[in-house]
Amino acid sequence: MAIAATEPDTATIRAFGPATALSCRECGQRYDLGPRFACDFCFGPLEVAYEFGPLTRESIERGPDNIWRYAGLLPVPDNVADLPNMNPGLTPLVRADRLAAELGLRSLHVKDDSGNPTHSFKDRVVAMAVEAARTFGFTTLSCSSTGNLAGAVGAAAARAGFASCVFIPAGLEQAKVVMAAVYGGRVVALDGNYDDVNRFCSELIGDPAGADWGFVNVNLRPYYAEGSKTLAYEIAEQLGWKLPEQIIIPIASGSQLTKIDKGFRELVELGLVEDRPYKVFGAQATGCAPVARAWEQGHDVIQPVKPDTIAKSLAIGNPADGPYVLDICGRTGGSVEHVSDAEVVDSIALLARTEGVFAETAGGVTTGVLRKLVAEGRLDPEAETVVLNTGDGLKTLNAVDTGVAATIKPSLDAFKDAGLL
Amino acid sequence: MSVSVRVPTILRTYTKDAAEVTAEGDTLKAVLADLETNYPGIQARILDDAGKIRRFVNVYVGEEDVRFADGLDTATADGAQISIIPAVAGGC
Repeated sequence: MAIAATEPDTATIRAFGPATALSCRECGQRYDLGPRFACDFCFGPLEVAYEFGPLTRESIERGPDNIWRYAGLLPVPDNVADLPNMNPGLTPLVRADRLAAELGLRSLHVKDDSGNPTHSFKDRVVAMAVEAARTFGFTTLSCSSTGNLAGAVGAAAARAGFASCVFIPAGLEQAKVVMAAVYGGRVVALDGNYDDVNRFCSELIGDPAGADWGFVNVNLRPYYAEGSKTLAYEIAEQLGWKLPEQIIIPIASGSQLTKIDKGFRELVELGLVEDRPYKVFGAQATGCAPVARAWEQGHDVIQPVKPDTIAKSLAIGNPADGPYVLDICGRTGGSVEHVSDAEVVDSIALLARTEGVFAETAGGVTTGVLRKLVAEGRLDPEAETVVLNTGDGLKTLNAVDTGVAATIKPSLDAFKDAGLL
Repeated sequence: MSVSVRVPTILRTYTKDAAEVTAEGDTLKAVLADLETNYPGIQARILDDAGKIRRFVNVYVGEEDVRFADGLDTATADGAQISIIPAVAGGC
């Protein structure tokens, strides 16, 4: 029997489109749709459950050029495209022939999510959380963030008319701090790492001080996380309504990876794509690789770590969805890998040099893992492969050491004399 | 050894809505057993059938996640602050 989280209300039910309930991923306990995130019985994560209506490729293709073309698969109101939202998505799936040739792959694509409104995939998840916050009557949007999320929340709050107050670990990249603050909300740096910030937010939510706040990745997390399914939908549609055969996904908390898998399976269940095997590979930086370590050691429990890596957007030492990442990578025949910071930097340059895509450090992690898997013979070079870039290199400029080739006087002689030809 | 325990919203049905309670014990294990005496049923929500901390629960003694310390054997000094927090939060 479902536990009532809110008064039953037909308006609320319609506000979440095809979503019907929250369901515990661990024990299956069901709850009414409400601002809750963990199971009362086992603390397991709550997920949105649906009863999907009829959907066809054509009905989706007729939709808007953003994630709302998939509104029938998401916990959002039917009229979501008319509401003030950042409308992210439909970012390029770049055919990466030059990188494929360099690595020895037949077919490779880069899903470049730096093309979202605040230059990371976080706009997708925040778009869901904004709609849930509106329905639940929250007035302030908040989050714990490694940087990209803070910017996405700040912008979405401004667009939709919420106050915002976001929490970040001290010492983040300046570009991320500026992008979080420019939209007029409050940005608070905490003296600690991301896991400390996360703990702080989890405690704030149980305190009267946080009573009217919608924390996008805490009490709105079940809705928020569903936004990552749109990456799966877009990749499949952009491949011509086909699933990729191999996909490399970054792991911070692991939520994105689990939701991309969920999205692929939904497309199969709805008959929108042919069911074919796909392998999911998770990517972490060596300086914060708790899931990759558990994979290597064959454990199903994640031992938290203290992060030390330039890939700050992935620097979550206690990843909430880590156990599910292990399940999915095992089930699909993939794996969880890690690469060093030096490889991250080198891989940012590789992707930029071959495809004109300037990735943030998280994209260096996925590209580095792609290269590592190829070198070790663990990717099928003939299979359709997709690698994710989830953010913009302009936000992590300090990670790369490039610049002008020379500074010369503005004359032809000086150019010729500089030995640059 | 008297310690203070912050109780997450999910478990406040056991503590009559109290967000913070006191308990006795010089290790986390002893503190949880004492909580169980005063709030019957609460321990089974924090520990699994094998007696380990559930995988979606984080427990802190002071500022330290007990998984970085000695787990259930982590010492709890007099006046220590213990926090029980759902792990399913954050990130993406």
